Amino acid sequence: MVALNQYLVLSAILFSIGAAGVFLRRNLITILLSIEIMLNAVNLTFVAFGRALGSADGQIIVFFVMTVAAAEAAVGLAIVIGLFRHRESLNPDSFTSLRW
Amino acid sequence: MNETAFYLFAAIAIGASLLVIAQRNPIYSVLLLIASFGALSGLYVLLDAPFVAVIQIIVYAGAIMVLFLFVVMLLNAPHEDTEYDERVHPLLRPGPMRFGAALALGLAAELGWALVRGAETGPFADAKVDSVRAIGRSLFTDYAFPFEVTSILILVAMVGAVVLARREEHR
Repeated sequence: MVALNQYLVLSAILFSIGAAGVFLRRNLITILLSIEIMLNAVNLTFVAFGRALGSADGQIIVFFVMTVAAAEAAVGLAIVIGLFRHRESLNPDSFTSLRW
Repeated sequence: MNETAFYLFAAIAIGASLLVIAQRNPIYSVLLLIASFGALSGLYVLLDAPFVAVIQIIVYAGAIMVLFLFVVMLLNAPHEDTEYDERVHPLLRPGPMRFGAALALGLAAELGWALVRGAETGPFADAKVDSVRAIGRSLFTDYAFPFEVTSILILVAMVGAVVLARREEHR
């Protein structure tokens, strides 16, 4: 029988994979994709807890998280396009203008 | 039956997510992430949340990922661009990269520790909310204010994206 714990463990694994992607990859697009993985791991937690508590709130919060994810993707990708136009590179190590 | 489906979808989600961060080519990463979202959608069905499962496919896989795919193809810079990145595996690089790997492993260990220490949860209760009607009623009564704020957020994001991606004329 699949219980809440299994879903939480799966969500933790997915979140760790996303965090590892943000830390390890040196490509802005892949970093944004890793952020999407983390957002989805959290969504899974919300739905699993909502199911365990018998409430619709978990699914509604997932709706809001998806909206924020869409806004984040739109603005983030616009920034990526702007950066690529300036530097011809997607490597975050090459954007050092603000480094102290 | 449910258990088999859960482990199948979980394996697909974890495998596809691992390949997303292991790929050199962002196009493959985006396509694999769509596969991962499909598996997550299956998990939502198993959790009696068909509404979330459907908007996962329509909004995430259908809209957001297509936006990513557009940008990847528009920029036409598929590979990480330095020689160094092509040659050296991320885990073997010096300094900050290894520190990042240690941080990710630490996060995984901490999450695992927290979950192992938690109480064992039994099977899910019978009280399930799987009708779109109940979700919609809650969304437009209890959550009416956050819902309206969401529309402002999307408007701001739209204006921001247009302003950021606009080509500057005076040059």
